[in-house]
Amino acid sequence: MQRPLLVSVFIVASCGLAYELIAGALASYLLGDSVMQFSTVIGVYLFAMGIGSWLSKHVGGNLLVRFIQIELMVGLLGGLSAGLLFLLFTLHSGPFRFTLYGLVLLIGILVGLEIPLIMRILKREVAFKDLVAQVLTFDYIGALAVSVLFPLLLAPHLGLVRSALLFGLLNAAVAAWALWLFREQIGPVVTLRAQCVAVIGLLAVGFGFAGHFVSLAEANLYSEDIVHAESSPYQRIVITRWRDELRLYLNHNLQFSSRDEYRYHEALVHPGLATLPGAHRVLVLGGGDGMAVREILKYPQVDSITLVDLDPRMTQLFSQSAMLRELNGDALSSPKLKIINADALQWLEQTQEMFDFVVADFPDPSNHGLGKLYSTAFYRLLQHHVAETGLVVVQATSPMYARESFWTVVTTLEAAGWQTAPYHALVPSFGEWGYILAGPREYRPPAAIPVPTRFITPEALPALFHFPADMARIPAEPNRLDNQNLVRVFEREWGRLQTH
Amino acid sequence: MRRREFLAAASAAATLAACGSKAMPPLPPGTLSGANDTLGHRLRQHDFPAPGETRRTAVAIVGGGIGGLSAAWKLAGSGCDDFLLLELESEAGGNSRAGKNEISAHPLGAHYLPLPPREARATRQLLAELGVLLGDPEATRPRYDEKYLCHAPQERLYTNGYWQDGLWPTLGVPKADRAQYTRFQDTVAELRQRRDAAGRREFALPLALSSRNPKSVALDRITFRDWLLGEGYTAPGLHWLTDYACRDDYGTSAAQTSAWAGLHYFACRDGEGQVLTAPEGNAWLARGLAQTAAGRIQPDALVFRIEQGKQQSICDVYLAAENRSIRIVARELIWAAPLFLIPHVFAAPRPEWLAGIRGAEYAPWVVANLTLSAAPQTRAGYPLAWDNVLHDSPALGYVVATHQPLRYAPAPTVITWYRALHEESASRHHRLLQGRDAWAAEVLADLSRPHPEIRELATRIDIHRHAHAMIRPLPGRLWGGARNGFESGRAGIQFAHADVSGLSLFEEANFRGVLAAERTLARLGVSYASSL
Repeated sequence: MQRPLLVSVFIVASCGLAYELIAGALASYLLGDSVMQFSTVIGVYLFAMGIGSWLSKHVGGNLLVRFIQIELMVGLLGGLSAGLLFLLFTLHSGPFRFTLYGLVLLIGILVGLEIPLIMRILKREVAFKDLVAQVLTFDYIGALAVSVLFPLLLAPHLGLVRSALLFGLLNAAVAAWALWLFREQIGPVVTLRAQCVAVIGLLAVGFGFAGHFVSLAEANLYSEDIVHAESSPYQRIVITRWRDELRLYLNHNLQFSSRDEYRYHEALVHPGLATLPGAHRVLVLGGGDGMAVREILKYPQVDSITLVDLDPRMTQLFSQSAMLRELNGDALSSPKLKIINADALQWLEQTQEMFDFVVADFPDPSNHGLGKLYSTAFYRLLQHHVAETGLVVVQATSPMYARESFWTVVTTLEAAGWQTAPYHALVPSFGEWGYILAGPREYRPPAAIPVPTRFITPEALPALFHFPADMARIPAEPNRLDNQNLVRVFEREWGRLQTH
Repeated sequence: MRRREFLAAASAAATLAACGSKAMPPLPPGTLSGANDTLGHRLRQHDFPAPGETRRTAVAIVGGGIGGLSAAWKLAGSGCDDFLLLELESEAGGNSRAGKNEISAHPLGAHYLPLPPREARATRQLLAELGVLLGDPEATRPRYDEKYLCHAPQERLYTNGYWQDGLWPTLGVPKADRAQYTRFQDTVAELRQRRDAAGRREFALPLALSSRNPKSVALDRITFRDWLLGEGYTAPGLHWLTDYACRDDYGTSAAQTSAWAGLHYFACRDGEGQVLTAPEGNAWLARGLAQTAAGRIQPDALVFRIEQGKQQSICDVYLAAENRSIRIVARELIWAAPLFLIPHVFAAPRPEWLAGIRGAEYAPWVVANLTLSAAPQTRAGYPLAWDNVLHDSPALGYVVATHQPLRYAPAPTVITWYRALHEESASRHHRLLQGRDAWAAEVLADLSRPHPEIRELATRIDIHRHAHAMIRPLPGRLWGGARNGFESGRAGIQFAHADVSGLSLFEEANFRGVLAAERTLARLGVSYASSL
């Protein structure tokens, strides 16, 4: 009876440490700040084990039966812990911490009961000094085994949810094994057997379906359902849905949320286009989602729109998917629209075409490649394609979170010889967002917005062109191709934001 | 080494080890090209057909590198159209020629021009004419067209498995060594500012305009490495960078280079560190010079004999494409070919010329153009730059031909790999002569350290060899008197090659060409505005 119990000590100790590591890893994964998460989880866990050890003196009756019951409880709670926490995080992040520490406390108490109980069982047969030596040796070896296996094998290959279930099964197996080994000492206990079968069955089923569960949980990294995900040669395109809200992510950066994209795109198009009653030819650079085109199509004077987007998958997706076509009003099927899948810089260099209104809706300047699309050279190139009475509008990141970046773009446009009119709008998904109108002549806001809008109205316009003190203009260097200072500034400003 | 850098280096090394076991795919195809040495070496046999037709011209220019083209540019720019430029190769341009394939134009040799200092007036005038220098060419810091200014990121160094920003090694370099970097940089910054009583720089570009004070001229008698050691510079990173600079600009190690030339590299410009470049390297400059001489450049023409008379020079020229020879009788001659050819061509070379070329050495170069299906990946560190240098390599790294065009999309590219055979001389270049495959394998081996995937990416490797790419500024070559016989020229003949300066630099070739042309114009009685 001594050896099997020591083997159980080894397994039980492994499981005990595993739940602690899984809880710590999960908390770091979902909440960030891994030092904090691991410290608090380990602290609570060890403290709980202390409570368990103290409580163990109140445990009486048939110790073997108690041990088996405790094992089953630890297996059930520990095994389901990761899954439960993931699911809870998906539903609501509020009670997540409470549940996390509650679970850790509960599992810790149960695990804390295990070793004292085993020692009391073995006490009858083994001398005290050997007992302490052997039990604690196996306890620590078990801990070492898991602490090595967990980061190298289990977490990367099984994932957290399945690792937890695996250890739950191990606890339950120890229970079942003990039940069989000590059947004579325990006697016929039907309920205990039934509990064993039930716990093992539940955990095994969980383990079988964990694959599905994991993808569900990972979908929750976006905290939404992924309805489309693909990698084009240029970027990772992910579209998610949460209730009636659709979101587009490119390379994990949010591009729009259907809940407030109208604010972004109305602000992008109308302040400029509403002042150009003679605008017949419009160019959209980037913006393969067709939302800007949808706004532009509201203007009857526009005869032709050219959309230049690098990625053919983007324009295909937004002209084919029913759900996305509903969102962009099927703008990409308009007979007025010509779609060109090309590098905007290369295309502008080669074309002779002139435009009355140009929308430059590129991703933020987060690398040197994208930085070129915000350079004096690019804006000079653009000048050759904008009519004397025309206008360009540039999306220019957030004047709130990346204030110097925003004013760098303004300075760059001015250095390239444009007259600028910077403005901003609140898009809740993004925060305060910045745009710049630029043209050969001074811009005057329109007296009316001649098309139906939900956000932009003539009365609201003056406020958009006013920059409160925390976003007001600051001196900046123009972004030239030979220094690309915008990329550095942008990296610094958004990097600072992400470390907080 | 900071922890992050260490981790990055360690992970790069691990990736490398993981990729090392795959079977080697065959070498990608490619060509071997280079100076027309079969034709050039016929100068030794002198078995050319006798000249039939005789043509007369006011000025014959022998050689169409930057020196010869600059002479032609100045002549044509001054209204003197009666000249003929004779070029051995099928295209003029010399070291500044380029290749082109379906992906991109790419250099075959020189590939950038640092922003020229005010002293390089002719070069600035050329840049202004080409519309690249904007505004006043005499300004201290003129503005340049962004298209030609090297775009960011400009340069990076691969060291300890990590790409760092800039070429001064900083990764894992102790503080004391960095202090030496600063001391060296302060010293050269001071040298840049120093002027003599006549307002001349200590180290000017063109070097003919330098102050020539005896103390600095004495630097020409020792090697750059010895000078550094003598000044107490021991930091390995500093020795690496200065050695790299010498190999890159002169085709010599710092231990072979004259200390004057070594310091000249750091002190002759205004310290802006910015360069002009284009996908085709410096070929746009050569073409800019050549366009003024259109119709008066004779390619595939080997001048095999020159007889200098009192009133005129007779040049016998073998036209390789037509397999016949012609005789050109010119009132004035501009020799713009490498000086080592003089004994093979002149019927009666002057003793001071022969003395001047005795001991002259030329550095052989190998240039490899790799066509890649995608840009090479950066495993750790700074992103792909225009100039990408490997610290632990005898080669000089590579430049990216598609760096300058305004493109956002990642796409196939051409990279140009450079290797100066600083350890070999032109007369004894055993390794240079190895074939295309041997060079292609060497290039891949060199580049597979930072880019293990390079073999899979490379669809072509074209090798271009220059046996006599640059004259070497060995100690004593610059201020030891060797150049004197060529510098002043003589009645009827002017020398317009960078060899006359002793430094194979665009600005020197350009200066020598323009100077030779101006002296020729003066002798012909044509009035001109000096560009010097």
